[in-house]
Amino acid sequence: MRWATRHWDDILRALLEHLMLVGVSLSCAFVIAMVLSIWSARRPKVYALVLLVTGMLFSIPSLALFALMIPWLGIGVLPAIVGLTAYALMVLVRNIATGFHAVPPEIIEAAHGMGFGYWRQLWEIELPLARPFIIAGLRIASTTLIGIATVAAYINAGGLGSIIFAGLDQRYPEKILIGGGLTALLAISVDLLFLWLQRRIARKTAREAQA
Amino acid sequence: MIAEAISWIWHNPDQFLPALWQHLVMFFCSIALALVIALPTGIAVARSPRLSFIANNIANTLRTIPSLAILAAALPLLGIGLLPSIVALVVLALPPILLNTCTSIQQVDRDILSAAKGMGMTRGEIMRIVILPLSAPGILAGVRTASVQVIGGAALASFIGGGGLGDFVTTGIANMDMSRLLVGAIPVILLAIGAELLFIAIARLFFRHVPES
Repeated sequence: MRWATRHWDDILRALLEHLMLVGVSLSCAFVIAMVLSIWSARRPKVYALVLLVTGMLFSIPSLALFALMIPWLGIGVLPAIVGLTAYALMVLVRNIATGFHAVPPEIIEAAHGMGFGYWRQLWEIELPLARPFIIAGLRIASTTLIGIATVAAYINAGGLGSIIFAGLDQRYPEKILIGGGLTALLAISVDLLFLWLQRRIARKTAREAQA
Repeated sequence: MIAEAISWIWHNPDQFLPALWQHLVMFFCSIALALVIALPTGIAVARSPRLSFIANNIANTLRTIPSLAILAAALPLLGIGLLPSIVALVVLALPPILLNTCTSIQQVDRDILSAAKGMGMTRGEIMRIVILPLSAPGILAGVRTASVQVIGGAALASFIGGGGLGDFVTTGIANMDMSRLLVGAIPVILLAIGAELLFIAIARLFFRHVPES
């Protein structure tokens, strides 16, 4: 651990860069996925198309996706964020739309009967009921992005991947293990954070249902 | 630029084909090895709640380690080349196959199992005739996830001297040669999407009768 104790500030900076990359792309992907899901959830043909396109984006290997961004956006943080956003879409759309599909039709009909307009029904009924599915989607997407973001270091986006690549270039196992280990730890912590959030929301929903 | 890449492939088959071949060798070897390890393990642990809990937790932890880290970790442990890359890719392919095998077997309807037992089938027969065919679509979905990940992971194998199509991407990025970069990137993308579509087609063709879980 000789390198790590002398360079903890570099490690901390890489960790923050990593969090920034993942946070910004997850937020962008969340906004796009919400719009896509709300638009397509009740239109089976559009939904199938949206899932097909986002599914194809998701299956593009990370190195190839980031490489494709270079002729178009160059290297650096911007192409990395665009690539990561594209990756997160499939997971988010599938989960959010599943949430909307899980709303019982009788409840929607009842809302209609009570004279709810489209937006009020969406905001007051469908979104709260779909919330557990939305959080579950964010949970999977965030851990996936934390892993893929390491590859983005190869196009100069920084983050924990840059420590792994430096270790590969210099044949320095300590850097590889620290970069990889911290990424895995980060993914596990974020996963647990969302799990905690999921449970809290489930309890809150149960209390509201009782009251 | 894409036309340039295609013409480069056309004029340099002696460089392109070996890379493609290496990529496919890495893919087939690691998926085959992962199947040999994960299928029997999944079948063995599915019946015991405690064992399947342990196996699921190990698989989920493995899954959180990014593919780049798994490949990079092979370098200090196993050195560089094709073999370390394949070992790393097996580690990458194990979790989805194991998790899907385990859950699909556990999801087989209890009533169907007791009916089979009532018909006097032995445990081996129940496994072979009832459980495995019913859980096959779920297992196949796991192999599909693993395949797409391994094709993408094999592109990263270039960083530890595993060869494959990733070599074109890395030299392309190093020299900022866009057409060379596409020589690697486009076939990798086609392979990944092709594998995805192939598995979807197989599932539609053979498992239409099995309800999707």
